[in-house]
Amino acid sequence: MRHTISVLVENKFGVLSRVSGLFSGRGFNIESLSVGETIDPSVSLMTIVTTGDDQIIEQITKQLNKLIDVIKVVDYMEVDHVEREMVLIKVSPRKNDKSEFLKLSEIFRGRIVDSGTSTFTVEVTGDEKKIAAFIELIRPFGIKEFVRTGTVAIAREGIKKSNQ
Amino acid sequence: MKKNGAEILIECLKKEGVKHIFGYPGGVVLNIFDALYDEKNLQLFLTRHEQGAIHAADGYARASGKVGVAIVTSGPGATNTVTGIATASMDSIPLVVFSGQVPTMLIGNDAFQEADIVGMTRPCTKHNYLVKDVKDLAQTIREAFHIASTGRPGPVLIDLPKDVTTGMAEFKWPKEVKLRGYNPTYQGNKWMIKQAAQMISKAKKPVIMAGGGVILSEAAKELTELAEITRIPVTTTMMGLGGFPETNNLSLGMLGMHGTFYANTAVQNCDLLIGIGVRFDDRVTGRTSSFARDAKIIQIDIDPTSIKKNVPVDLPVVGDVKSVLKDLLNVLKDQKEPWGEIRKSWLKQVAAWKKERPLTYRFDKKVIKPEFVIEKIYKVTKGDAIICTEVGQNQMWAAQFYQYDKPRTWLSSGGLGTMGYGFPAAIGAQIACPDALVFDVAGDGSIQMNIQELATAVINKLPVKVAILNNRFLGMVRQWQELFFKERYSHTNLETVPDFVKVAEAYGAAGLRATKPEEVEPVLREALKIKDRPVFMDFVVDWREKVFPMVPAGAAIDEMIFEDVEEKPKKKLKAVK
Repeated sequence: MRHTISVLVENKFGVLSRVSGLFSGRGFNIESLSVGETIDPSVSLMTIVTTGDDQIIEQITKQLNKLIDVIKVVDYMEVDHVEREMVLIKVSPRKNDKSEFLKLSEIFRGRIVDSGTSTFTVEVTGDEKKIAAFIELIRPFGIKEFVRTGTVAIAREGIKKSNQ
Repeated sequence: MKKNGAEILIECLKKEGVKHIFGYPGGVVLNIFDALYDEKNLQLFLTRHEQGAIHAADGYARASGKVGVAIVTSGPGATNTVTGIATASMDSIPLVVFSGQVPTMLIGNDAFQEADIVGMTRPCTKHNYLVKDVKDLAQTIREAFHIASTGRPGPVLIDLPKDVTTGMAEFKWPKEVKLRGYNPTYQGNKWMIKQAAQMISKAKKPVIMAGGGVILSEAAKELTELAEITRIPVTTTMMGLGGFPETNNLSLGMLGMHGTFYANTAVQNCDLLIGIGVRFDDRVTGRTSSFARDAKIIQIDIDPTSIKKNVPVDLPVVGDVKSVLKDLLNVLKDQKEPWGEIRKSWLKQVAAWKKERPLTYRFDKKVIKPEFVIEKIYKVTKGDAIICTEVGQNQMWAAQFYQYDKPRTWLSSGGLGTMGYGFPAAIGAQIACPDALVFDVAGDGSIQMNIQELATAVINKLPVKVAILNNRFLGMVRQWQELFFKERYSHTNLETVPDFVKVAEAYGAAGLRATKPEEVEPVLREALKIKDRPVFMDFVVDWREKVFPMVPAGAAIDEMIFEDVEEKPKKKLKAVK
């Protein structure tokens, strides 16, 4: 099962290595990992996408919680949330294919962030499925390279139904 | 008034109640050692190797329950402690280790004697620190002692760059420690404890499996009360030896790979297994899929990661063992079931197993059996000693043939299995408990791993008794080679074992030797008379002797093999690992 886990950590040096070392040392998978500061500069947020059965995910969250510099761990599997990832893709479509490529990018709300004599770089944001679909669709146009940010996630505000 | 970093360090140690430190000097820690020079209330024991220092601090911690402290220099000094830190980490022993570091401006430059010790020890410490500013020093030390000694204890390392020890700052002892990411659960969940009490009440064939957590949590009294009130037999893991009196009728001794027949059999046939301060290590469970196959499992542990890590658990209680047992006892005492009646047939069955296959060995008139030496140690000490061990056959025989009645009397590297641990640990234990009788049960292989600590023991007049079970082999590995590798003794024959009597004498220690069974007791009695220096006792034992019962790796714990050759197990033995 794929899980997106967010880890609130002290913004101290070495924390990333504590977390990544925990995963490598205990043989857990990391599919993606992204780190950034939060509204409180003394705290960073890591979003980790990992896979494993229930027992492994339970160990992952417990082991993360055990780290002294980890403040809070949330497994988004249990929480209604929004996930996004950004990808930058450099494509070199043939002359005749350019307009179709641009159209496709538009459908996926892609933005062309760089264009040269032979390549376009398009920026696309979305969840894992959307990005996978987009990459598949533009593969025939000739992908030169792409770079992904890794997933970030945030919980949705729960909307309470009124009692009336 | 401003103090330099080294002085602040010493002030902090005194505030933490530290009296004894183990260490080894070097370039970047010169300031710390200079500050220690005039210090009357802090005694530093100079070992002859940093590994000796860290194991001595560990033995000190295990024997006393206090935090063990070591100070070493940067680079090789620091890396030499890694084995000892990992040893303490696996066995949850509270240590604070100070390592010197090159000045902050040189860090990362591959400076002389520089090593990224914080990076190296990250996976084998509970937490570690690199102090970059002398102003943070007191706070860091306070946090380190707090982290090391609370929750599930463990080692903490503080890396001190040279300029931090020379830098000046106002000394302020932080009143309290607040760590938003660290808040161990001490009190068990009340509802879970009630559930546990119900399961315990109802069980017809329960077994308690007690581990190192009982010792660390000082819960031996509560455990004994629980077992006696509810009439439940108790087996301990190797780390739990001493947590429940082995002379008590309800004791099943140790379980696991070299556990007793009756402990393993009882666990495999019980309907409820109550794991208390245990983590279900593979040396205890054997093949996990068939471990306690008919039992519901309750697990009480302060570390949530220990729960359901290796075996499925029906009822987990996260909390401090002592606190949970107290609450559990309160609930159970209200129930007042006739437990004596309920457990009668189960206890009868267990007694029958005890009678069927007690721990035995074949006594020999001509050659000394190692088990015989351990029995004699038990006899001459009347069971009132601190027994440290090395790792291998010596460790298992010491676990099997001596009866541990009190916590903190069994000091052995369980999780990591560190050869060379016992002797320095015995030195630490003797310093923590100057009036205690401290033994190190050693093998001729293990003792050579930290034999240099003889000097430490001699200079400090520590009367540690080292009983070397000398079989001229790396016995445990040889045993595996005999059983699983067609007696191909690849590199386990030590051949030229030194003359341990002469080695001891060369260092200024006493050396004694026994080569015949009738010499064993006199040698031990002679050793007990020596009060002003360590003693090496060279017991020349039967090299063919093996540790039994034995559960082959990968087998279920009731698939044991025994000494009797004609009783080979039906299945063909297979070495898995």
